[in-house]
This record gives sequence, structure tokens and C-alpha cells, in this order.
Amino acid sequence: MPNVGRGAMVYAVDVEKYFGSFQALKGINLALPRGEVLCIIGPSGSGKSTFLRCINRLERADRGAIWVDGELVGFRRVGDTLHELGDRDLARQRLVCGMVFQRFNLFAHMTTLQNIIEGPITVQKRRRAEVVDEAMSLLERVGLADKRDSYPLELSGGQQQRVAITRALAMRPKLMLFDEPTSALDPELVGEVLAVMHDLAASGMTMIVVTHELGFAREAAHRVAFMDQGSIVEIGSPQEVLTQPRHPRTREFIAAVLS
Amino acid sequence: MSSIETLQPVPRSDDTSVPPEFTTAHLRHVPRRYYGRWMAAALILLAFAFVIQAFATGQIEWKVVGQFFTAKAILIGLENTIIMTICAMVLGIVLGVLFAIMYMSPNPVLKNVARFYVWFFRGTPLLLQLLLWFNLALIFPTIGIPGWLEARTVDLITPFIATLLGLGINQGAYTAEVVRGGILSVDVGQSEAARSIGMTSLTTLRRIVLPQAMRVIIPPVGNEVISMVKLTSVASVIQYSEILRNAQTIYYANARVMELLIVAAIWYLAVVTVLSIGQHFLERHFSKGHRRARTVMAAPEGGA
Repeated sequence: MPNVGRGAMVYAVDVEKYFGSFQALKGINLALPRGEVLCIIGPSGSGKSTFLRCINRLERADRGAIWVDGELVGFRRVGDTLHELGDRDLARQRLVCGMVFQRFNLFAHMTTLQNIIEGPITVQKRRRAEVVDEAMSLLERVGLADKRDSYPLELSGGQQQRVAITRALAMRPKLMLFDEPTSALDPELVGEVLAVMHDLAASGMTMIVVTHELGFAREAAHRVAFMDQGSIVEIGSPQEVLTQPRHPRTREFIAAVLS
Repeated sequence: MSSIETLQPVPRSDDTSVPPEFTTAHLRHVPRRYYGRWMAAALILLAFAFVIQAFATGQIEWKVVGQFFTAKAILIGLENTIIMTICAMVLGIVLGVLFAIMYMSPNPVLKNVARFYVWFFRGTPLLLQLLLWFNLALIFPTIGIPGWLEARTVDLITPFIATLLGLGINQGAYTAEVVRGGILSVDVGQSEAARSIGMTSLTTLRRIVLPQAMRVIIPPVGNEVISMVKLTSVASVIQYSEILRNAQTIYYANARVMELLIVAAIWYLAVVTVLSIGQHFLERHFSKGHRRARTVMAAPEGGA
């Protein structure tokens, strides 16, 4: 396993999050080495998505801290004081992570190609010709080069999600976050998206995948974490967590998903 | 049940085993005739003919209408109407976008200022607002920064400026609500996706949210441009020489009241017609990503 600790891609310490009086995260600790694929499983409402969204600061953690690629997320540290970062700095920090959403969230007024090149051109100010070339070869890889001029609504869910993955990859992220990427898909379309994610995992990308696909977790993940009621109940190799879970709540959940 | 089961799955017209009462080749289909519709149409046409006849034989000098249709005063009035429509609408849209964003701001001061603006300018009649602007000199004899830049209000608030402020600021209050509705119509996921690829709030608004909100904003704003063309006529009461006021000035002199009102009406119709056509093309442009999907989905239906 690659190095953990200071060199970790994600280092989360005692992360807590409240929505009003409801505590969504009750102190999450996690060290994610570079190159690792982590799958987070657990019942809905267990805080999996909230934690994922804290990592790229779509949600603000109320307590604790998260470091991504060695940089403290959302704050500037002066002595023992954490000063909240402004819009511009947050935007810059988010460049490290690519994110894939459950509902795809492709920009509805842009074609496939425009969706992919928007970030590199508008945000990273890269040259258009170069970005288009790279976008086309990425589209080639996910088998959607012929859809470059289609609008999102003309694509199937599976195609939209593959474009969304491509859009995130075009920003050259160091870490990919997947928030239930196959949950909104018709069953027959799940496979094509998982295949793209398998390829990505095999290419050495560091990934955190919130998912209900235990099969994917078993095959592609280095580690699996089971979350329940805002805590990581159990974390370990897929073999340990999925086949011989130690905690009774993990056992119940896996039995319920498999039945 | 049993008779259905004994039927052939697909009876053919040349099948001699089909009983004679079920042969269909010699039958003729006749669409239903709607006599009520014909009657209604005839009545309406008749009424229409009476109206035409009334106007043709009424005390209207059509020659006078033609004569004043391109009179210089009328054309200047037309020009002023168009200039005011454009200026007031631009001011209205700028204020509308600004106050819509303020309205949705987490800053309570900005939010409440925007609320007050919408409440006040939607809550009082436009005519009253025009009179307030026009008579501003009664309460503020001079405007500006004292000792540095000052001007007499009477010189500054010309009929043009008073009309522009009155119409534009009033329009802004309505446009703010339209823009706010448009922005709210864009799914939150769109801005989350934009932020996830490193866009700042401003870039997200400019590149992702507003272009999609336009699809919802354009139709009502288009309607408001059209009603603005006609609203400028209210400014005739504060001496802004738009088309209606100039028509009035002429008929005070020559007493051809109806003829000049007809001239003004035709010009209003002409401008509004041109604008309606423009609105159609603008709506088509901003429905990108939605219109296409609709035609794609409709196609298999048509083919089937």
C-alpha cells in the first residue's frame, strides 16, 4: 500500500457536520493514500455523500479538518486560528478534485464537447485547440466520440454519466469523487458506467466512490468503508468488510443489499 | 368468448370465409360535419362586415390619416418612443438583474433593500411615479455632492430623464422578479457541477446559471418590452414628446382627433409586430438543449 500520513491524498481528522440540530457526521477520520480506490457503502442518510461533499467543500465541515493533497480545505491557518477562505481560493482548491454526481448534472445548455472543454478553457485558461484534442481522445476512451455535438437531454443516463466523468477528467484532477454514480441509472445502463470507472481505477487514479454496487466495491476497491449514522463503522479490505464483516450492523446491511 | 376464439387472427378482405356483414372494401368514410362551427363563423364574419362598413362610412377622413402618417412630428414622436423603450428597458433589465441577485444574497441588508425596492415600485402606480420624478425639484432644489458637483434639479430632470427614471426603475422591479424566478428555475446541481470544476460564484452565474435562466426569462421580458412600447404613452402627461403626445399636439390644432389617434395606433401596432417577430427568434436561440430534445422525442411518434 502506498504511503499514508503527510503524503496522503486525503487526510480527514474528526470531521463533524450539522444540519440544524441533526448531526450528519460524528467525527470522521480517514487517511487515503495516493492511488487508492476507496468505496464507501452504507444505508441512505448515513452521511456518505455529506462526507464526500466536505472533501471538495461543497459542504463546509463544522468541526475537524480535511487536508487534500497536503492543503487544508476551506481555511487558511494562522497559528491556531483557521480563517475561512474566500470564493476564489475555494474555487482554486476544488481543482484538485473531480466530482461525479448521482444526477449527472451536465450543463443542459451545452453540447457534450462544450461541457467537457468549459472548465479547461474558462477556468484553467488553456488553449482551445489543445483542450478540444484532449477532450476528443477522452471521449474516444469512453466510447462517445460520435456524441460530441449532442445535448445532454439527447443522451441516455449511462451516456450522460460517462460524459460527466469525462468532464471531470478533462480538468486533470488528482482525486476523483463519485457520489452514487449509478444510482439514478436504469439497471441495463449501470454496466457501461462501471466499466469506465474500472478503467480509471486500473489507470492508478485515486478515487472515493460512494456506491451501492457491492460487486464494483469487491472488484475495484483497495479498501471498503461502511458508514452508518454519521460514523465509519468498519473499514478494511473488500474481503474483510464485504465477506467477513466484524460489526453486526455491517452484516445486516450487506445481507439486506444482497437479498 | 367462444366466438372470438374461433375467429382467424387476421381476417383478410379477400377472404371468402368472412361473413358478408364484415366485408369492408366497399365502405366509405365520411367525416362529421360541424354545422355549429359554420354558423358561428358566418355570424362573426357578418359582424365584422358591419364594423368595416361603419368605419368606411363613418366621419373619418382616411386621407387625413394618410397625410399625417408620415408627418415630421409623428416620425419624431415615433423615434422618441423607440428610444425611450430601449433606454427604459435597458435600465430596467440592468436593475432587474442587480436586484434579483441582491434579493437572493445571504446578506440581510442587500436582501431587504431589494425587497423594499420591489415592494415600493410594484406597489405604486406608474403614473404617480412619473409625476414624482418630474416634480423632484419641489423637494430637492439642487442635486449632487454639495460644494463639488451640484446642479439645479429643474435643469437636470428633463421630461426625458424623468420618463427614463420612472419607466426604467418601475420596470426593474418587475424584471427583478422575473430574473429571480428564472435563476430559481435552474437546478442546484448545475451550480454544484460548475463549482466542482473550479468556477467562482460569478463565473458560475455568468456561464452556467444565467444562460439557462434566459430560457425562462426571455418570454416574460419580451412581453414587457412590448408593453413598454405602449407604456411610454403615459409619459405624454409629463411633456415627453413621444408619438401619442405629438399626435395630440397636432389634433389640438386641427381638431382631427380620431384620424391622429388612428395614425398613432397603426404605428404602435407596427412596432409591436416587429418586436414580436424578434422575440420569436430570441426564444429559439435560448432554448438550446431543450428544443432539440423535444423534436427528437417527438420524431418516433410521428414515424409510428
